[in-house]
Amino acid sequence: MAVLSERIRSEITALLPKYPRKQAVTLPALHLVHDEMRYVSSEAIVEIAEMLDLHPSEVQDTMTFYAFFKDREPDKLGTDRVWVCRGLACMLRGAYELIEHCEHKLNVHCGERTADGKITLEFAECIGACDGAPAVLLNDVHVMDVTHDKADALFGELQAK
Amino acid sequence: MPYEPVLLARVGKPNPASVEAYRGDGGYAVFERVLAEVKPLEVVTQVKDSGLRGRGGAGFPTGLKWTFLPKEHPGPIYMCINADESEPCTYNNRILMEKDPHQVLEGIMLSCFAVKSECAYFYLRYEYGDAYRTLLAAVNDCYAAGLLGKNIRNSGFSLDIVLHRGAGAYICGEETGLIESLEGKRAWPRIKPPFPAIEGAFRKPTIVNNVETMACVTQVMRHGVDWFKSFGIAPDPKNPRDAGSYGPKLYTIAGHVNEPRCVELPMGVTIRDLVEKHGGGVWKGRKAKAINPGGLSMGFADVNAPLKGEDGKTEYDIPLDFNGPGKIGCLGLGTAAITVIDDQTSMVDVLHNVCQFFSHESCGQCTPCREGTGWMLKITDRLRRGQGRREDLDILIDVADRIGIMPGTTICGLADGAGWPVKTAIRKFRAEFEASIKDGTRSRHAKSLELVGAH
Repeated sequence: MAVLSERIRSEITALLPKYPRKQAVTLPALHLVHDEMRYVSSEAIVEIAEMLDLHPSEVQDTMTFYAFFKDREPDKLGTDRVWVCRGLACMLRGAYELIEHCEHKLNVHCGERTADGKITLEFAECIGACDGAPAVLLNDVHVMDVTHDKADALFGELQAK
Repeated sequence: MPYEPVLLARVGKPNPASVEAYRGDGGYAVFERVLAEVKPLEVVTQVKDSGLRGRGGAGFPTGLKWTFLPKEHPGPIYMCINADESEPCTYNNRILMEKDPHQVLEGIMLSCFAVKSECAYFYLRYEYGDAYRTLLAAVNDCYAAGLLGKNIRNSGFSLDIVLHRGAGAYICGEETGLIESLEGKRAWPRIKPPFPAIEGAFRKPTIVNNVETMACVTQVMRHGVDWFKSFGIAPDPKNPRDAGSYGPKLYTIAGHVNEPRCVELPMGVTIRDLVEKHGGGVWKGRKAKAINPGGLSMGFADVNAPLKGEDGKTEYDIPLDFNGPGKIGCLGLGTAAITVIDDQTSMVDVLHNVCQFFSHESCGQCTPCREGTGWMLKITDRLRRGQGRREDLDILIDVADRIGIMPGTTICGLADGAGWPVKTAIRKFRAEFEASIKDGTRSRHAKSLELVGAH
């Protein structure tokens, strides 16, 4: 049975005419799959490859270059992914302390998912939110000027969802 | 007289993604006039004559880059917009994309018309989700208003703009890395030549331009060459290769200042003015020690180091134009993003953070960069653990000097950018590094983060 849903398949198909080569849809396709399934399985790689006329190893090669994608079920993303920036601008304004605080608060290391499956905590290289340092990326949205209290409140909201 | 912002004039206005709102401020009038009355070559000439240099970091003259495309090429020619803005401490492109996307889109339309490209790929870093959604709404509104698509305004010119999101890799900001990533491959930069203008995306002639450059194209076409040249700094008459530093520029201020923000000023403002006048001064009543003048790759300025032959002035007083940072041993203007480091901060910690970034973001293609950035991180980690050795500083400088496209050991400039902050930090703050080795001072951050692999 196919692992890619009909919706993902039709979205991938809709992207094909935008590019002169099907391979260019690799990254958008990986994002679609990763967003919905929270990791990219080997089966999904094979199916993406079939849709793009590629060998699965080509898709795998691209995917593993971007450490962004989770490729094993045990590493599956939580409902939300919280990236704490450790770039210089954030580091100067307390990012390391913030990362440590978040790890303790959620009882995970960066890269791991909380026990309730709700939050995956990550560190990020500069996320370009330096006017609000220390900053956090909630999925793909900047949260600025994150104090320890503000982080706790954010986690509270996410875990209550 | 205070400077009146042009690039940031629409920041804070409601409905940034709406074509109607942008039109209300005179938007797209220039594009429509150009479509009706102007030839592509005239646009190229106007941009070339304005002296506009690319805002992405290298400062290559934009109009000149466009002329490298093959003449009478049957097409397709591609335009790639580099919105991968990942240089640490830089966020000026984000402000433009979130707050005034149409100014950028109009610049893309004008540029594509100039270089006869009918397809622009807007490569946007994944971390800019808000910018992505604002741009997507803006692009869709342009299609609805007939400003994008086939045969725009019956001019015979067609244009599609495709937004393409990255996946969190710094190397995608290197133009050929961006192209490889766009093509669906690992973002390994290509050996040049051939340059993208000859063989770029999908093996076709391609121009890669930065977001702020596109906004500048809009303003050059709207206000003209003389207006653009009325700002900034003229070429140094003693240097025939200097192309000058004309026009308005976005500067971002980050780190230990009271008001970190993005400001627009004529090119050539001093670091001191940026920090003291525009950034609200150094925070907590402290003094600045070091400044990173344009993204980490550019290296460091020592606020207290006197400038030779200029009485009473220090590296704090250098102008941020394309030549200024080079005079004090920095790599260049870079992204014009300054980061302030106060006098209570250890340069060992700062340098470790820098090395951590480049080690993480080295793409792994060239051995000197992959291994060099890794070793620089290991050594700086040793330094911050208080286990530094006397020879470490010289080893760091030695590695930093040998990796990069300038010494000719790598394909792209990432390694030059990784080495520059190391060289400048150690040369300018050597006493502090030596003292920390001698005392065996252990950084309070020394155990916060584990070493992780390159990606």
